[in-house]
Amino acid sequence: MSTQRPMVEVRGARKSFGAVEVLKGIGLSVDRGQIVAIIGPSGSGKSTLLRSINHLESLDSGEVWLDGVQVNQKLHGHAFERHINKVRQQMGMVFQHFNLFPHLTVIENISMGPIILKGMTKSDAHALAHSLLSKVGLADKIDAYPSRLSGGQKQRVAIARALAMQPKVMLFDEATSALDPELVDEVNAVMKQLAAEHMTMLIVTHEMRFAGEVADRVLFMDGGVIVEEGPPGDMFRAPQKDRTRSFLKKYLSA
Amino acid sequence: MDFSLMQRVFPFFVEAALVTIEITVLALILGLAAASLAAAAKMSKSAILRTIGTVYVSLFRGTPCLIQLFVLYFGGPQIGINLEPFAAGVIGLGLNIGAYMAESIRGALVAVDRGQTEAARTIGFSRFQTLRKVVLPQAARLMIRPLGVNTVALLKGSALVSTISVVELTYTAQRFIGSTYKPFEIFGVAALLYMIMVYAVARVVDLLDKRFAIV
Repeated sequence: MSTQRPMVEVRGARKSFGAVEVLKGIGLSVDRGQIVAIIGPSGSGKSTLLRSINHLESLDSGEVWLDGVQVNQKLHGHAFERHINKVRQQMGMVFQHFNLFPHLTVIENISMGPIILKGMTKSDAHALAHSLLSKVGLADKIDAYPSRLSGGQKQRVAIARALAMQPKVMLFDEATSALDPELVDEVNAVMKQLAAEHMTMLIVTHEMRFAGEVADRVLFMDGGVIVEEGPPGDMFRAPQKDRTRSFLKKYLSA
Repeated sequence: MDFSLMQRVFPFFVEAALVTIEITVLALILGLAAASLAAAAKMSKSAILRTIGTVYVSLFRGTPCLIQLFVLYFGGPQIGINLEPFAAGVIGLGLNIGAYMAESIRGALVAVDRGQTEAARTIGFSRFQTLRKVVLPQAARLMIRPLGVNTVALLKGSALVSTISVVELTYTAQRFIGSTYKPFEIFGVAALLYMIMVYAVARVVDLLDKRFAIV
């Protein structure tokens, strides 16, 4: 085992919404460059776990660490606000519904973060945005507004927008779930390209095939706990737990 | 119908309509300022500010504008507030419409998809940056129509200040009744002028709506 500190670490994460406990003491560690896919039925807590890493959900108890810095530090008011804004700049997040800014063009969507938060000049930020757009295959859409793009194109822009902040880790929250089937591959291709570049990634997904292709490790969550985890090959071929087996049977046969 | 009377009074009415416009514009400015503060207060994290915002909005939306004007103009001197009719009219109308506009502004802000705020926050933008760069530009478009409706209501509601002797369009019309005894013609001209002004506001709202449209 390597002794380097993990890029993302979650310890004893608990979270309830009202009377429902959606995370029941989750622990998780992701090394630099590792790709972890989180699968599980709806309501299993996988999205909540991912969102709590970015502090979009605040945990009731437990800790989240990013590259040796605690994300959910016990700070108050403005001190926490400053802290979390800094930490979030180091994490890219991609949402199911893209959440591009509709009043801004593609290039403005991407360059806004670097310009405002990193003090990059407009021309540097636009050059960066341009190269990221080429990378996701959308260099010709630079001046388009999001409403003119297909779902797959929107999601690729959203990925470019997240990458523009040069994050240490990318969090994908069901990035292809809202897409028409024929548009899924173009987004998956971009994610595979990031995997090849050793980007650290946490991917919440319903796509078992894609998880199997890209992930180093798969976590199966159900009822707020991690039921089983392991390399995708072992997990999909020979799941150890009954719950994992019955879940996978539904998905792999579909 | 006495058309020649209508023609004769028309110039006086146009002059009076200018006072109506003046009152409406000043009250609109005051109202927008009050509304922005009230909307911010109602959406604030502080319970005290939220209460202040709520009390203001319920007080001014829950009582007749006419009573508010009377309290301010006739009741004011009792507590040391002596206002000219014009000033009392502007302040009363402004505070009244501000309560309605506060809800229009708040409604537009909460109508912007939560995902927009989340996306901005995950990039690392502060609350303020998120509001300024992401939420407000989108909410601005959503509040144009409701604020336009409020402005039309303000314009028509400005007739109420005739009761505290502000010499605007409605007051002028009433004054001409005494000498002519032809209310149909007199109030008809006033109504026509109100309609023209309302139409102008509606056109401005349409233009703003187009200007801020998100493609």
